[in-house]
Amino acid sequence: MDLSVIVEHWDRYIEGFGNTVLVSLLSLVLSFLLGSLIAVLRISPIKILRIVSAAYVEFVKNIPLLLIIFFFYYGSSELGLSLDGFTAGTIGLTIYTSAFIAEAIRAGILAVPKGQTEAARSSGLTYGQTMIHIVLPQAIKIVVPPLGNQFLNLIKNSSILGVIAGMDLMYFGDLINSDTLDTVNVYIGVALFYLVLTVPLSFGVRYLEIRMART
Amino acid sequence: MKSRKLFKLGFIMLSLMLVLAACGKAKEPEGGGNASDAPGGEAKTLEAIKKRDKLVVGVKYDTNLFGLKDPGTGQVNGFDIDIAKAIAKKLLGDENKIELKEVTSKTRIPMLNKGDIDAIIATMTISEERKKEVDFTDVYFKAGQSLLVKKGSPIKSIDDVKGKKGIKVLAVKGSTSAKNIREKAPDAQVLEFENYQEAFTALKSGKGEALTTDNAILFGMMKQDANYEVVGGTFTDEPYGIAIRKGDAEFVKAVNDTLKEMKDSGEYAKIHEKWIGEKPAQ
Amino acid sequence: MDFAGAYTSDHLIYLLKGFLVTLEMAAIAIVLSFVIGSLIGVIRYSKIPVLSQLMGVWVELIRNLPLLLIIFFVYFAVPEITGWNMSILTSAIISLTIFESAMIAEIIRGGLNSIDKGQIEASRSSGLSYVQTLWHIVFPQALRRMVPPMVSQFISLLKDTSLTVIIAAPELVHNAQIINGASQQYVIPIFLLVALMYFTVNYCIALFAQRFELKRT
Repeated sequence: MDLSVIVEHWDRYIEGFGNTVLVSLLSLVLSFLLGSLIAVLRISPIKILRIVSAAYVEFVKNIPLLLIIFFFYYGSSELGLSLDGFTAGTIGLTIYTSAFIAEAIRAGILAVPKGQTEAARSSGLTYGQTMIHIVLPQAIKIVVPPLGNQFLNLIKNSSILGVIAGMDLMYFGDLINSDTLDTVNVYIGVALFYLVLTVPLSFGVRYLEIRMART
Repeated sequence: MKSRKLFKLGFIMLSLMLVLAACGKAKEPEGGGNASDAPGGEAKTLEAIKKRDKLVVGVKYDTNLFGLKDPGTGQVNGFDIDIAKAIAKKLLGDENKIELKEVTSKTRIPMLNKGDIDAIIATMTISEERKKEVDFTDVYFKAGQSLLVKKGSPIKSIDDVKGKKGIKVLAVKGSTSAKNIREKAPDAQVLEFENYQEAFTALKSGKGEALTTDNAILFGMMKQDANYEVVGGTFTDEPYGIAIRKGDAEFVKAVNDTLKEMKDSGEYAKIHEKWIGEKPAQ
Repeated sequence: MDFAGAYTSDHLIYLLKGFLVTLEMAAIAIVLSFVIGSLIGVIRYSKIPVLSQLMGVWVELIRNLPLLLIIFFVYFAVPEITGWNMSILTSAIISLTIFESAMIAEIIRGGLNSIDKGQIEASRSSGLSYVQTLWHIVFPQALRRMVPPMVSQFISLLKDTSLTVIIAAPELVHNAQIINGASQQYVIPIFLLVALMYFTVNYCIALFAQRFELKRT
């Protein structure tokens, strides 16, 4: 074992690490917003919205993330825009993760007793107001642990950016590997950087799950 | 509770270290066992090839003119493949006693070193750095790095890339050309891909202004899509060699003998003309 | 976008060939990771000293790494460490199995842990051995709870096979990219078709699992 490669190429590791953190956070926020919207649509009173949102979730959940990201990266110019690896990666991760987050939030919303919705509606709140002020705040508490898991997946999945020159940790790992040909040590370095992010997060999620189970 | 978690974390790190230590150890005997420091070392490859009666070669599947897989027939064809066949014919008496395995610039050295393949014939430039990892035969093709751009592009040569910030140049991971362009045009942004097919697809979908690699490979892309052209001539020398596991002098010699015979008999010139469209420069 | 040029019979056959490799890879990896994952899950649940902790560390490590990295590592590093020379497909299947079996181990452990401990004590005190208790009392109940997460894990695995494109495994996305190389006009039509292929199989698995569940309850 000779991890001096990490020290020698510290700057590049850190640049990639920073971008991995950035793309994960960006996609988390965006996919949370998109996922919440879709979850609300899925239980909305309007049938066509329910059908469209359900179709979105089912379709996205059942195709590989790599395909979504390739589609936006290599296909975007056909649609009149040219996205760089980082942007195409963020869009792909957001779309993919939003389907899973929508499912988690929907489950959370369904766990909120129906009586509350009815009470809120009969006291004069609109459907949207009921959702935003009554149902979603409670649902979000329930979905924090699954959201944490999605974030964990997001960090791991963001490594796909390496394949489309997305400037993330994996990409820089590949570049360092090309320069040094010290494959084993280079990728152990990459693994250590991922673990720095994922291990604390997964312990945090575990802790929240246990606490939720108790209450 | 907290200390237990810390303990767990420590445990993970420790086990990782163990894995690392194992890697380090496993590497040593391999390095020390290099036949290069044992004169007349065991020529395992040649013997193994004769024993299994088949030559296993790592070639590109995505590089027009050198090694390209035809989705229709499933056949791989190109300059590199014809060279491989000629070597099989010389060593085993039949050009069909050959197995082709797909390599990329990134996977080819590990594949050779772990014994997946007997030799790499995959548009591979002979470089000092690579000589530390593998042995090379004599040069079998003289290429040079160049640029491929969309027709009508303002980029006419490497000089148009130099000194300008923000120009995106596409390259392939693990290739010498990626390194060269970073040295020749430090201001350019180099984007690297898994293989040439993906890099070319990226160029076509506007991910960069130019694609750089060896002119021979670029000519192949130009043939595939006439909207693109090679500009500015070559700005490096990229002599292609066949890579062989380190220390196997006997196999290197056997391949060199074959290459020389091919050049003498005119077979090499024939293959060159078939793929490149002209006779090799002397 | 050139749909007619993209959907020639040569291209379709080539995609199907890739898809067969994808399905084959997924099927083998599903069986292997189910067996290995169950084993690890039961060991962790049974709290067998040392072994259980070791497995725990292993599962944590794998679960916290990107699959892409594991694919690289198995492909490049394992042969260097063990000297075992494996084909691309073997390497791909091993990486998938390592990653997914860790996930399945957690599903199994979670399912087993969800069974009321009182039941175990009751059956133990009524004279059943530990293994008998697991087999007759705990497993059948836990299995019902494990089916939904297990099925989504299998679907994940099938999707994850696409990542082996980075080591040039001849699967569906790899073949799609080879076709895309011929013309930029093919990219969107080909990717749409490929998406549909994955979707069809995965959605069928999900539907089948749903019906299976409904029947059981």
